[in-house]
Amino acid sequence: MKRLALIVAAAFASVMLTAASDDPADHLKDAGQESRAESLFGEIRCVVCQNESIAASEADIAHDMRMLVRGQIAAGKTDQDVRDYMYARYGDYILLRPRLTLGTAILWGAPFVIVLSGLGLLLARRRRILPLEGELSASELAALKRLETEPQDPGAS
Amino acid sequence: MIAELGTFAFALAFALSLAQVVLSITARIRGSAMLRGAGEGAAGAAFLAILLAFACLLASFIRSDFSVSNVAEHSHTAKPLLYKIAGSWGSHEGSMALWCLALTAFGAVVALTGRNLPWRLKTMTVATQGWLGALFIGYTLFASNPFMRIADAPVEGASLNPVLQDPALAFHPPMLYLGYVGFSVVFSFAVAALIEGKVDAAWARWVRPWTLAAWSFLTVGITLGSFWAYYELGWGGWWFWDSVENASFMPWLIGTALLHSAIVTEKRGAMQGWTVFLALCSFTFAMLGTFMVRSGAIMSVHAFAVDPKRGIILLSIMALASGAGFTLFAWRAPKFSGGGLYAPVSRETTLLLNNLFLAAATVAVLFGTLYPMIFEAVTSKPISVGPPYFDLVFGVIMALALVILPAGPLIAWKRGDAAGALKRLALAGGLALAAAAAGYAFVSPKRALAAIGCGIGIWLIAGSLTELAERARLGRTAIAESLRRLGGLPRGAWGMTLAHIGMGVFVLGACVELGGKVEATKVMVPGDTFQAGIYSLKLDSVGPIDGPNYLAERAAITASLNGKPICAADPERRTYPESHTTTSEVSICYRGLTHLYIVLGERREGNDGVPRWLVTAYVNPWAWLIFLGPVLMALGGVTSLSDRRLRLGVGRKAVSPKIESTPEVEPKPKAKARAKKAPAT
Repeated sequence: MKRLALIVAAAFASVMLTAASDDPADHLKDAGQESRAESLFGEIRCVVCQNESIAASEADIAHDMRMLVRGQIAAGKTDQDVRDYMYARYGDYILLRPRLTLGTAILWGAPFVIVLSGLGLLLARRRRILPLEGELSASELAALKRLETEPQDPGAS
Repeated sequence: MIAELGTFAFALAFALSLAQVVLSITARIRGSAMLRGAGEGAAGAAFLAILLAFACLLASFIRSDFSVSNVAEHSHTAKPLLYKIAGSWGSHEGSMALWCLALTAFGAVVALTGRNLPWRLKTMTVATQGWLGALFIGYTLFASNPFMRIADAPVEGASLNPVLQDPALAFHPPMLYLGYVGFSVVFSFAVAALIEGKVDAAWARWVRPWTLAAWSFLTVGITLGSFWAYYELGWGGWWFWDSVENASFMPWLIGTALLHSAIVTEKRGAMQGWTVFLALCSFTFAMLGTFMVRSGAIMSVHAFAVDPKRGIILLSIMALASGAGFTLFAWRAPKFSGGGLYAPVSRETTLLLNNLFLAAATVAVLFGTLYPMIFEAVTSKPISVGPPYFDLVFGVIMALALVILPAGPLIAWKRGDAAGALKRLALAGGLALAAAAAGYAFVSPKRALAAIGCGIGIWLIAGSLTELAERARLGRTAIAESLRRLGGLPRGAWGMTLAHIGMGVFVLGACVELGGKVEATKVMVPGDTFQAGIYSLKLDSVGPIDGPNYLAERAAITASLNGKPICAADPERRTYPESHTTTSEVSICYRGLTHLYIVLGERREGNDGVPRWLVTAYVNPWAWLIFLGPVLMALGGVTSLSDRRLRLGVGRKAVSPKIESTPEVEPKPKAKARAKKAPAT
């Protein structure tokens, strides 16, 4: 239901496909703080848009949220404080980088589990193959010697 | 009348596809050559029928026949001809018609060529292709007919979404669909092989050209889409990890894995089950992509023809087609034997690692794309998975894949020499480390990941060139001899090198752009200037423009470097009255490989009553490489495709007398080597 409302809201935001740039007058005075704020914009979702961060959206609410983040940074909050603040207000939906919890363990873990178990399988296989590639056994050497010394019989094939 | 003819042709194609299935299966059971020919003929006829239907759709759009509801909803008399044509595949119904056209076209090519295929395999392939055709044509005919009439035809159409009115996007869907649907042939081959119970080197060789073709189309299609997003959306970015982008990217990743695993199956008879599995996956992901884009199940910034009800039907079709394939796989695949043995250090192992990393990367993209939907269904709480997740998880896994890439071609089949390969790659490795160090030291602010990426890009390019130099024995023999060796390399080798270099070029471009990007914004009145990186921009004027189907404000901006004007930019902000939409027309100054990307933002009335404009400029260093890289990759695919050994009619062509003009790989040395060995044994 909430999603439906969002989709409807997004449908009305007709000016969505344009660049989102703030008036430089809105920027934080401290360049370091501004660049921290701008990298945070990329992690925070615009609540009325279809899958856009507040860095990309030109919607009014995205502008308000950018100013909110700037305000927090200016007040001396750390990046993690800002994320926590956003999470407390809006929940998981707001963060484009999902928090690592029990519910997102599969999301974060599955690709790496695949890589690690694949590498593990390769290593296990290696142990199985190696004997075949190694030295010949005494009986095999004898068989080889017999084959090498025996005269070839054209009719035997 | 034209629209009715179109519907009729679609119905005819549906019947023909069903006939194709029935005739081919009967032919396979009875062993009848006549029925087999009839099945193949039905495949050709189904294509002709869809071609006729599609021509009818085009005609309806070109003639602006607004009594056809699809035309009325997606076209307009004031639209330029190109976009009237592009409008025919801009809607859900039209895009499915295009999908059917590509599907039957490939089906016809399989049926009417490839005479050297074993008849059982071919007949079952044609039957499977007919089954896929019947599913999708049936869907289009019964649930999404593009020829529906409306009782009261409007005088004017509703127009195509204006951001879609762009040349890159006019050709983006056809390319993408040719790629998606190209994998249908691979899928059909896999199903046929499972039914016949035989996957061998010959099978892999028949599948490879189709995979290459589909992969090349998909590469071009994705690149066009990305380039379109880059200059049309006006965000200054080119990839957003949006679900629609991911939908097209997953089949590409699987296709890339399949290209490599099919080589192992062809050359060494190994990894048969896995190759068949990937072949089934490739088209499944292509269908999943279409389902995701067309159903609206997943929120996206750029899905333009969405209909949830039909999504359910599309999902059912997907389940029906893929479900049958994977069930067959579970039943038959355990039969396949393992193939040749190989040592831990061997070409086989490197390709296996390639597949492992690509599979894990695909899972990352798949999970990231679908997780919000699944999470919400289970917990009824919404969650977002965005670019930071993909950048991290996908980035790490792909970096691993790219680091081992240059070693692969330098390591021999069966048992390779790791130390030797690394020694030969020392120069490339040194260059890569130097590039990464330089990237980290000289670019500010410091971005470690971008610097590592630059190193990987150089590593790929230099590593691929090293392999080429090795093959030519450059430096170890006379230049003329090296050139002769290069000339004698099979096209497949050139294709591989081109594609790998293209990958490196792309990675280099993406990382330089990421690390060195400069953004500057200013609210301006005409006459103002501002600085973007090393460039100085002056807003000369802003004037109104009366377009064919839009109104616009166009700015005249002069970009200068060291006081000398270098470029006149004219970004626009367009308003389309028919659809009440505003879009931004970016203006890009091309400075060698670097883009100076200028966007005209909204108009703001100042306190003094003088209008002001928000102007944003991005300096995107080496941005051309981002799009040039994939073009090189696609060229590599086409080059490999032109290799004589990979052509479909290879059996017939091998005996044609023209062979002398294209010499085979070093035939003389091989013959000599054999001659030398002979007396010794």
